[in-house]
Amino acid sequence: MGLIKARDLVFEYIRRDEEGNVEGITCALDHINLDVKQGDFIAVLGHNGSGKSTFAKHINAILYPTEGAVWVDGKDTSNEENLWDIRQEAGMVFQNPDNQIIGQVVEEDVGFGPENLGVPTDEIWERVEESLKAVGMYEFRKHSPNKLSGGQKQRVSIAGVIAMHPKCIVLDEPTAMLDPNGRREVIRAVRALNDVEEITIILITHYMEEIIYANKVFVMDKGKIAMEGTPREIFSKVEELKALRLDVPQVTLLAHELKKSGLNIPDGILTCEELVEALKLQS
Amino acid sequence: MSSLILDHVNYIYEAGTAMEFAALKDINLVINKGEFIGLIGHTGSGKSTLVQHLNGLLAPSSGNIFFDGADIHDSDFDKKRLRSKVGLVFQYPEHQLFEIDVFSDVCFGPKNLGLDRKEVELRAYAALKQVGLSDEYFYQSPFDLSGGQKRRVAIAGVLAMKPEILVLDEPTAGLDPKGRDEILDQIAKLREETGITVILVSHSMEDVAKYVSRIIVMNRGQIMFDDVPREVFSHYKELESVGLAAPQVTYIMQALKKSGLDVDTDITTIREAKTEILRALKKEPS
Repeated sequence: MGLIKARDLVFEYIRRDEEGNVEGITCALDHINLDVKQGDFIAVLGHNGSGKSTFAKHINAILYPTEGAVWVDGKDTSNEENLWDIRQEAGMVFQNPDNQIIGQVVEEDVGFGPENLGVPTDEIWERVEESLKAVGMYEFRKHSPNKLSGGQKQRVSIAGVIAMHPKCIVLDEPTAMLDPNGRREVIRAVRALNDVEEITIILITHYMEEIIYANKVFVMDKGKIAMEGTPREIFSKVEELKALRLDVPQVTLLAHELKKSGLNIPDGILTCEELVEALKLQS
Repeated sequence: MSSLILDHVNYIYEAGTAMEFAALKDINLVINKGEFIGLIGHTGSGKSTLVQHLNGLLAPSSGNIFFDGADIHDSDFDKKRLRSKVGLVFQYPEHQLFEIDVFSDVCFGPKNLGLDRKEVELRAYAALKQVGLSDEYFYQSPFDLSGGQKRRVAIAGVLAMKPEILVLDEPTAGLDPKGRDEILDQIAKLREETGITVILVSHSMEDVAKYVSRIIVMNRGQIMFDDVPREVFSHYKELESVGLAAPQVTYIMQALKKSGLDVDTDITTIREAKTEILRALKKEPS
C-alpha cells in the first residue's frame, strides 16, 4: 500500500455573504484520485486557485474530505483518532518562513516539534542535531533565527519538520519569497532528504525549474488533476501547460521554439546538457 | 515627468548602538524619467532600504536626494506631493486592501489627496483600466478576487495617485506563471503609454532580463553593477558569488559555446537565444 492515497476526494465549502446567508457552494477539489509511494518525489503544479493548497491541507488533516477519503500510511484522515499520528507522519512547510519560526535560537525552534511529541530530552537533542545537519544548518544552531537569510530560515523550518521524523513532507511554495540563492539552498536540501533519508516529498511550486527532479508531476486545474506524468512527459506539452496558466523551464521553452523553427529536437528537453546534445546533432 | 538623483546617500540602522548596521553605503544614482529599471540583490542587500528612500519614508543618515532638482529633505519641501509622485507598491500589496468593494479601495488614495469626488472616481476608473481589470469586478469585495486580481487592485490603488515614478517590490511573488506575465506585460504597456518611470524589484532574473533596460545590482548596501542587462549578466560568476544568477538562457548559451557552437554568450532572453542559435546553425529564423 502506498503512503498517501486519495479516493474520489471532494472538498466543498460554502460561500456566505456579509450577513452570513449562503451564496453558493464552491467545489475546491473535484474527485481527486491519487497514490503516492514511500520515497516518491512528487511535484504539484497549478495556477492560483486550482486547488493545490487545498489538496495539500488534506494530507495532514488540516482539512477533511466532504466526500471520498484520504489515507496517510493506511490511516483515514477523517478519523479524529488518527489525527496525532497523521500530523507527525506528514509534516508541512509553508511559504513564509517568518510565520513558522517561533524559537529564539535555531536549535530550540527545531526541538519544539519533538518536545511536543513527548520525546525524551536526550533524544530531542539527537534529533535536532541530525535534522540541522540534514539541511546544512548545523553551524547556525546557536544563532537567532531573525538574523538568518530567507533560504536559511526556510531550511530551519524544514529541519523543524524533520525532527518529528515524518514519513512525508509537504512543501507549499517554500521558495516563493526567496532570492535565487535561497531557492537553490532549499531545493538542494529537499532533494537530499529525498535521496539520502528517503523521505517522501510533495512539492507545490510555481517555479518550473524546481520540479525537473521530481519522479512524478501532477498538474491541477479547477480542483481536478488535469495532467500527470514524469517531468519530461509534462514539459513536452508546452502549449497545453500554457493553456493552464503555467509555463516550462527556459531551456524547455527554447528547445520548443527551435523545434518550431524546423530544427529536429526531441520534446521535453529538461536540462542544458540535453539541449547541447540535441543541437550537436544538427550541424 | 521628473528625475530622481541620489547623491552620496548613506543609511545606518540604529546608529550609535551595538546594533549599528550600515544598510546603504555611498549610493550615487540618477534615475531618469521613463526608464524601466530592474533592482536586484539577495535578501538583506539593501534593496528595500534603498526603495524606502525614494519617496522619503526613510531619510539618509548622510547625503542628499533630489526630486526634480529639489532636495526632498529641505524643510520647505512638500513631502506629501512627493509621496503621490513616487508610488511604492510593497510586497504582497493585497494584504493592504481593506474597503468593501474594489472601486472604493482604489478611491482611497486620491480621496486623501483632497480631490473632489468626480476626479477621485475618474482616477480610480482609469487606474483599474490601466491594470486590466474589467468592470464586472468593480463592485465586488476585493477579498473574493483571485491572487492576481487582488494584486492588480492594489497596484491600481497606487496608480490612482498618478505617480510619475512607480516602484514595485516583487509584484509577482506567489503568482502563477500566467499571472506573473500578465502583470508584467500590463506594467510594460503602462510605461509605454504614459511614459511613467518603473523600478522593478525582483528575485527573478528571467523577468528582469525580459522587461527592463537597465539593471541595478545591490550587494552589502552598495551598488555592484548598474548597466544594461546583457552587460550585467555577463558578470554571472560575480552575481553567483553574491547569491544571484543570470537567467537560465544565459547559461545555455555558455554551454553551447563550450560545446563548439559559435554563439554570442551575452544573451538574456529566449527570443534573442533562438535567433542567435539559428544564425549560428546557418538557418533563417522562421
